[in-house]
Amino acid sequence: MDMPPPDATILARKPELLERLHAALPDAAVISDEVETRAYECDALTAYACPPMAVVLPATTHEVSKILTICHDLGVPVVPRGAGTSLAGGALPTADCVILGIARMNEVLETDYPNRFIRVQAGRTNLSVTGAVEEDGFFYAPDPSSQLACAIAGNIAMNSGGAHCLKYGVTTNNLLGVTMVLMDGTITHLGGAHMDAGGLDLLGLICGSEGQLGIVTEATLRILPKPEGARPVLMAFDSNEVAGACVSDIIRAGVLPVAIEFMDRPCIRACEAFAKAGYPDCEALLIVEVEGSEAEIDEQLATIIEIARRHNPVELRESRSAEESARIWLGRKSAFGAMGQINDYMCLDGTIPVSQLPHVLKRIGEMSTEFGLGVANVFHAGDGNMHPLILFDANEPGDLEKCEAMGAEILKLCVEVGGCLTGEHGVGIEKRDLMRHQYDPADLEAQMAVKDVFDPGWLLNPAKVFPLGDSAARRIAAE
Amino acid sequence: MTPKSEDELARLIREADGPLRITGGGTRMTRASDGETLSTSALSGVTLYEPGALTLVAQAGTPVAEIEAALDAEGQMLAFEPMDHRGLLGTSGTPTIGGVVAANVSGPRRVSSVGACRDSLLGVRFVDGSGTLVKNGGRVMKNVTGYDLTKLMAGSFGTLGVLTEVALKVLPRKPATAVLLREGLDDETAITALCRALGSPYEVTGAAHLQRGLDGAPVTMIRLEGSEASTAYRSDALCRNLAEFGPFTIERDPGRTRDCWRDVRDVAPFHDRAGDIWRLSVKPTDAPAIVAAFEGAEAVYDWGGGLIWLCVPEGTDADRVRRALAGANGHVTFVRRTATGNRFHPAAPAVAALQAGLRHRFDPRGILNPGLMG
Repeated sequence: MDMPPPDATILARKPELLERLHAALPDAAVISDEVETRAYECDALTAYACPPMAVVLPATTHEVSKILTICHDLGVPVVPRGAGTSLAGGALPTADCVILGIARMNEVLETDYPNRFIRVQAGRTNLSVTGAVEEDGFFYAPDPSSQLACAIAGNIAMNSGGAHCLKYGVTTNNLLGVTMVLMDGTITHLGGAHMDAGGLDLLGLICGSEGQLGIVTEATLRILPKPEGARPVLMAFDSNEVAGACVSDIIRAGVLPVAIEFMDRPCIRACEAFAKAGYPDCEALLIVEVEGSEAEIDEQLATIIEIARRHNPVELRESRSAEESARIWLGRKSAFGAMGQINDYMCLDGTIPVSQLPHVLKRIGEMSTEFGLGVANVFHAGDGNMHPLILFDANEPGDLEKCEAMGAEILKLCVEVGGCLTGEHGVGIEKRDLMRHQYDPADLEAQMAVKDVFDPGWLLNPAKVFPLGDSAARRIAAE
Repeated sequence: MTPKSEDELARLIREADGPLRITGGGTRMTRASDGETLSTSALSGVTLYEPGALTLVAQAGTPVAEIEAALDAEGQMLAFEPMDHRGLLGTSGTPTIGGVVAANVSGPRRVSSVGACRDSLLGVRFVDGSGTLVKNGGRVMKNVTGYDLTKLMAGSFGTLGVLTEVALKVLPRKPATAVLLREGLDDETAITALCRALGSPYEVTGAAHLQRGLDGAPVTMIRLEGSEASTAYRSDALCRNLAEFGPFTIERDPGRTRDCWRDVRDVAPFHDRAGDIWRLSVKPTDAPAIVAAFEGAEAVYDWGGGLIWLCVPEGTDADRVRRALAGANGHVTFVRRTATGNRFHPAAPAVAALQAGLRHRFDPRGILNPGLMG
């Protein structure tokens, strides 16, 4: 994975940069010590690391504006950082950049139940948004699996999803407004407590722009009343094809489960060894969860179970209590930890049309043999968002490269069957150079034209999202 | 001009030497921009429909009715229930899916987790103002690959490019509907009741208040959808929850429940009414006071109060409504009126500069529906 070499003229501006940052901000908000900046050298894509020139930790939108104005004046690139949980390298620094970390901005600014929104500073963690409203019977729907740690700012940058998207959508469907600072320091407000955009939908454009168009400092989020209850059913099948067909039939039948999770045999075995959830030893396992009152849950589960029976499941386990529900979810929720214990792994994130599930799983199995690397599949089947985990040994020379090559092949397959490279993790640096497999030059040009408008100097998170070769002319021209 | 293929459309735009007036079926604009008419109506047909994946792809000029019929045959629907503008605007013609997307037309279910048209839009193909074909998004529900130009195209009214194909998420149609009805509430009380209903766990999929219902009295309406048993349970529970605003009657007749929400969707109370029609998007609890500031106006509230259709005497001062929304969250669109001028709400300078910048990049010659969005 290449990153552009640091620009010597920018590095030479470091003393002036620090002087101006210190003059504008409280002392504790500027970090330039080489030991301390190391804490920001990578995000959750830990295979790549590079300490930045400096780290700034603003406490207000006004401070963010001052920082960006200074960096804009000096032509210094800025890499925004939420909680640093990106799996795609979205917050990876370059040696000549300033990391702007938003984690100190974590206050709840306004809670409005009649109008069903919460306004927060964007450094607040995803789970603590729900935490602020759950006693009053509300929740914030997008629930990426890093929700304990990840920040709303990062969720907006990556348009994060989660397990419950089939019913509630992803971040962009739950975002009502933002306060955003442009690279030149201009503070803008988009959207708010009302439900649609006036004029062009810039809010929709910002969400998922990977911190390349502006820095979001505040967000107005839709909150929803908590359902009365939720319960899962676990179904085991003796082939991936049958499990895939069952998913499709459930969707066609008109029930809309809140989650449909899929695990294949390697994943089931690893989870079972780790969490001892009592999963059956089978080829494919589905966890389907529905919501509502007790009677409504019973009715929906009855429909789902009737469909499942037509596919001759090797086991059907309907939860009857909170304890049973917890046990059904236990293995799934510990899947990543379980895999981490037996191996190093790389987690992919492609999405495919649901109808292509059996074909894609078969092809992944064949690639596993070709590359000689194990793969475990665990993913959100209802929306086709796959998370193949490729197992490798980080201490084995060449294994990481082999793993990356296989990952690229799987993602190309996702595109080939009508899907996409990334469903919820983002492009970052990880999938940057695969973008041409999904998009033609004109498609990428249109996206880069958007960045030209918001950040003409290409200073915000510049070496991400677009293949380096495609963005080179713009990045160099801007210097 | 009515191109029959994407390539022909691209060539016509490349060769255009003056402004183009982009239309689908021509049902949603009474007085659009100047220029030679370029219609997408010949780019028609459903190109892919996978009921098991809840996805449908159609060319931009496909009639909405054709798509709804295809979905209906599989027990599915366009969940964002796009409005038919013909009754309100007195237009004729065939509404197209491209027009729906270009205007981001969203019906009463906007207020639920279904969201707006843009929330169901998975991908687009369009030709920009230079005649270049661009695609964005795709046909899958979760996709964060690159920038979301798909959302940007929804509601851009043809000013950034001419849509040629759209991919949509569709949903199963619910077997039963129950509507809670209450006559005689004043605006403020009605909106309070709607907000309470929307804050309940009973999954309200429609929340409207008409100042003048069919028989002339104000009527407040709350929709629940699901199985027979589920809607029965939830309508009873919600009636208890809203007891202080009641008594509510419960309508379950499939024909009547469908018709009454179609009337809200299409703003039927204003179809034969003289006057200008404004569409306001506001914070729901702000809505009654905003409406009260306009004497002689009549309101249809949808989205729990978040969407106000306001019928005002012809020629009512536009700046007054813009001032009424100043500082508050919200904006106004002049949907039907006699006066000329920008029909959209002016944005703050920094935001307006970004919008103008995008229009310039996507349409450097300024030929696509010029002046329509400022």
